[in-house]
Amino acid sequence: MKIDRRSFLSFVIGGAAGTALTPLPWKLTDDISIWTQNWPWTPVPPKGEITYVSSTCTLCPGGCGISVRKVEDRVVKIEGLKGHPVNDGSVCILGAAGTQFLYGPMRVTGPMKKVNGAWQEISWKQAVEEVAVKLTELRGKGQPQSLAWVSDTDRGTTAELCKRFLTVYGSPNFVRAASIQDAYETALYLTQGNRAMAGFDLARATYVLSFGSGLLEGWGSAPFIFKTKNRMQKSGGKVDQIESRLSKTAAKADRWIPLAPGTEGALALGLVHVILKEGLYRKEFVGEHCAGLEGLKKAAGAAYAPEAVAKTTGVEANTIVELARTFAGAAKPLAVNGRGKGQLPGSLQETLAVHYLNALVGAVNQPGGVVAVPEPDYIDWPEPEMDAVASKGMQQPRLDGAGGKSFPQTRYLANRLPEVIHAAATSPVQVLFVSSSNPAYTLLDTQNAEKALQKIPLIVSFSPFMDETAAMAHYILPNHTYLERFEDVPAAAGFPKPILGLTRPVVAPLFDTKHTGDVVLELAKALGGTVAAAFAWESFAACLQETLGSMWQTLKKDGYWVDTAFAPPAFETASHKFEFTNAEIGKLPAYTPFRAPGDAQSFPLTLVPFDSMRLTGGWVGSPPFLVKAVEDTILKKDLVLVEVNPATARELGIADGATALLSTPTGSAIVKVNLWEGIMPGLIGMVRGLGHTAWDRFLAGKGVNVNRLMKPVEDPGTGFEAAWGVRAKLTKA
Amino acid sequence: MEEPKVNRILSGSEQGEKKEDGAGGPIILFFILGLIASLLVGWVAFPTLLYSQKKQPIDFNHALHNGLVDNGCESCHFFREDGSYAGAPKLAQCIECHEEANSEDPEEIRFVEEYVKKEREVPWLVYSRQPPCVFFSHAAHVKAGGMDCVTCHGHIGESETLKVYEENRITGISRDIWGRNIAGIKRNSWDRMKMDDCADCHAEARMSGGSVQTQRDGCLVCHH
Repeated sequence: MKIDRRSFLSFVIGGAAGTALTPLPWKLTDDISIWTQNWPWTPVPPKGEITYVSSTCTLCPGGCGISVRKVEDRVVKIEGLKGHPVNDGSVCILGAAGTQFLYGPMRVTGPMKKVNGAWQEISWKQAVEEVAVKLTELRGKGQPQSLAWVSDTDRGTTAELCKRFLTVYGSPNFVRAASIQDAYETALYLTQGNRAMAGFDLARATYVLSFGSGLLEGWGSAPFIFKTKNRMQKSGGKVDQIESRLSKTAAKADRWIPLAPGTEGALALGLVHVILKEGLYRKEFVGEHCAGLEGLKKAAGAAYAPEAVAKTTGVEANTIVELARTFAGAAKPLAVNGRGKGQLPGSLQETLAVHYLNALVGAVNQPGGVVAVPEPDYIDWPEPEMDAVASKGMQQPRLDGAGGKSFPQTRYLANRLPEVIHAAATSPVQVLFVSSSNPAYTLLDTQNAEKALQKIPLIVSFSPFMDETAAMAHYILPNHTYLERFEDVPAAAGFPKPILGLTRPVVAPLFDTKHTGDVVLELAKALGGTVAAAFAWESFAACLQETLGSMWQTLKKDGYWVDTAFAPPAFETASHKFEFTNAEIGKLPAYTPFRAPGDAQSFPLTLVPFDSMRLTGGWVGSPPFLVKAVEDTILKKDLVLVEVNPATARELGIADGATALLSTPTGSAIVKVNLWEGIMPGLIGMVRGLGHTAWDRFLAGKGVNVNRLMKPVEDPGTGFEAAWGVRAKLTKA
Repeated sequence: MEEPKVNRILSGSEQGEKKEDGAGGPIILFFILGLIASLLVGWVAFPTLLYSQKKQPIDFNHALHNGLVDNGCESCHFFREDGSYAGAPKLAQCIECHEEANSEDPEEIRFVEEYVKKEREVPWLVYSRQPPCVFFSHAAHVKAGGMDCVTCHGHIGESETLKVYEENRITGISRDIWGRNIAGIKRNSWDRMKMDDCADCHAEARMSGGSVQTQRDGCLVCHH
């Protein structure tokens, strides 16, 4: 018998016929389809008991309540907490992406020390000991004031522990990172005498005049602002947006009034001028509650007549008059400022000018107005005993100059640190502690800031994430993420009532991290003496519980406490009135619009950063969910797009989508050009929040950090960062 | 030009005359061989190869436990307060009775030693675990529909020993979903747990939400 081709074929045909008579093809097809619908590499949350933990988000100062959904021990979703006074069930894109901060690759998984430029894992014991040795050395040399601490907040138990540590150690140099709250706090203090935060009763306002505030870009507590603004507009309220760029807020406003960037304060004073001249102010309120109107008349005198303001701002004179009348004529008008998300304080005079507008129409501490929300005072620890070294150190002037001769009204000036460090032969900051802050990314002229930081002999980062500052630190003593730790969160940015939120562990810490509050306690213990004696608590948790006292139970149960019966505090100025002018305000230089720094000849255009809800610009980097959500008019592959008006592009001979070289006095970058009528001619718009070098592979290397191209501008009266733009040049690449 | 034609005729209709080639008989023989081989592969080898055999971590005796509890299956396989179904019990429940071994049974002793004392969850292999893409609510069927466990899960509650868990090597899911019978033939309602089995029952119960396109009943109860 010969086996040839034909017999083989018939075997195959027989096989095929036979196979068709078995379940094999059908079963295999079914199995493959099941397999393809359930790729084994697609993560699927485990089955199990579903629980919700109420907590408070700390990814921004918004103070939103969150409800974290868990399946067994795995966090699977973050939603807004229903019934929470700030956000009532809503959550922003960043808050919703919060799980990625827990499980993402940006985390620092344990204490680390940099040895010969490379990270080495060390034990907590070694980490605390080594840092304590350096601190003891510094104290021994009688220079405790050269320890500085930069943090995103100065409120809450952790921040108070840090401040207490610095005090008993002997350093006045606790520095809160900058934000619009700096300007508002100072404005409220100067005009009303209250140490308070600014809250905005948007819900009851009927007309909002926004001087560039990104109400839909993350200004204040985003979900709160979104909701109240929408509700207000739906019930007939109006929003007018004054901004040089057609932001989302401007697009959704009832009116968009473009103006020359940086002249917002001039426009505000122009409106003040018209209101005063035409007698449109609420005489009852002003007469009863305000003082110094004559001074204001002088400050907003002829120099702020509509025609003059029109020249400065580019807004037509009759529009200015009409705006003033609309504002003063509205039932419950409210003016707000702080560009974009309000990440920079800007000029104090600008905030004051806007605040005067509110006072003139009675929108101060009244329904629908700006509300002074007193700073929390529940943390009431006994005064610590200080030794001679600490007392001497505490008497030294602050390194950043805040509260000193030049800037008596200012409390913190993180933006001045690079300058101060560069000015001295050896860095006046010998040890820098950084928690929830990323100066190596957020400070303007980042390269210069980096160089300054490099001069600091010891940087200790407490970041749970590998951010830019952590990457250049000498030690990282990683904190738990906000989903793994306790924290009290007093206040929610822009919320008009005192509120205290509790952040609590949703899951047990995933890695070898430690609460910064506990690290402070350990450091104090290691230093011994009066430093150790100032901290009687066993742990941060014990300290928090004791500090919150009777509020602890409420917070544990509800996740927040809100003062529902809150009434704004009385004016605590000398006259017990709202003061348009007084001795302190008189000492400040008069308002002038700041120019974008740089030589107009070599840099004919102006680069203006803008904010997006889909990107973070502060110390928290954007998690992958956000990066994925960024529009392709902002980021294409790894190239950032800059917005250029078609008229400007025509002059430059640059086409839409072209690659170009963007230069400013501080640096240059390759960008792509996005032609857009929504930006004024002569400006270049660039998003804030890209160009990270550290963080994770989903964010690093994407686009350009606009802060790197910016140049700081110091507000002369306060030292605040007042830069809103920088001169720039765009050339074909 | 003629050659191929001749060849074709010879091979096609005059096999007898081609006997000297020794090809005619074997062609049928090979066809039959192929047929038999593939039938064997499809019906015997394939089902054997498709599934890997896995032993349960502990040989649990359902019958014994069922006799000791008050509330039948729900004593251990309960519904949580939010209405969701807890599935296989967690160690925490077992510990309520088995903090120490209650008998001389070697399996119980092993359970206490390896899981209870070490506080490890028992990695039970769940015979009826559907792939992750499947949505199924026990509450809708048991609580709202009033079905009993046996309808889908059979008489596992009366078993004294746990059968071998057979895992599909392609999908990673249990053999009990497709059913023991490789041809998919079922005699009892609990023999298979595929979507068609859901649909059968939904059709019988005249569930609403039929599909106009496929003229099947009850599709839209789940697919909506």
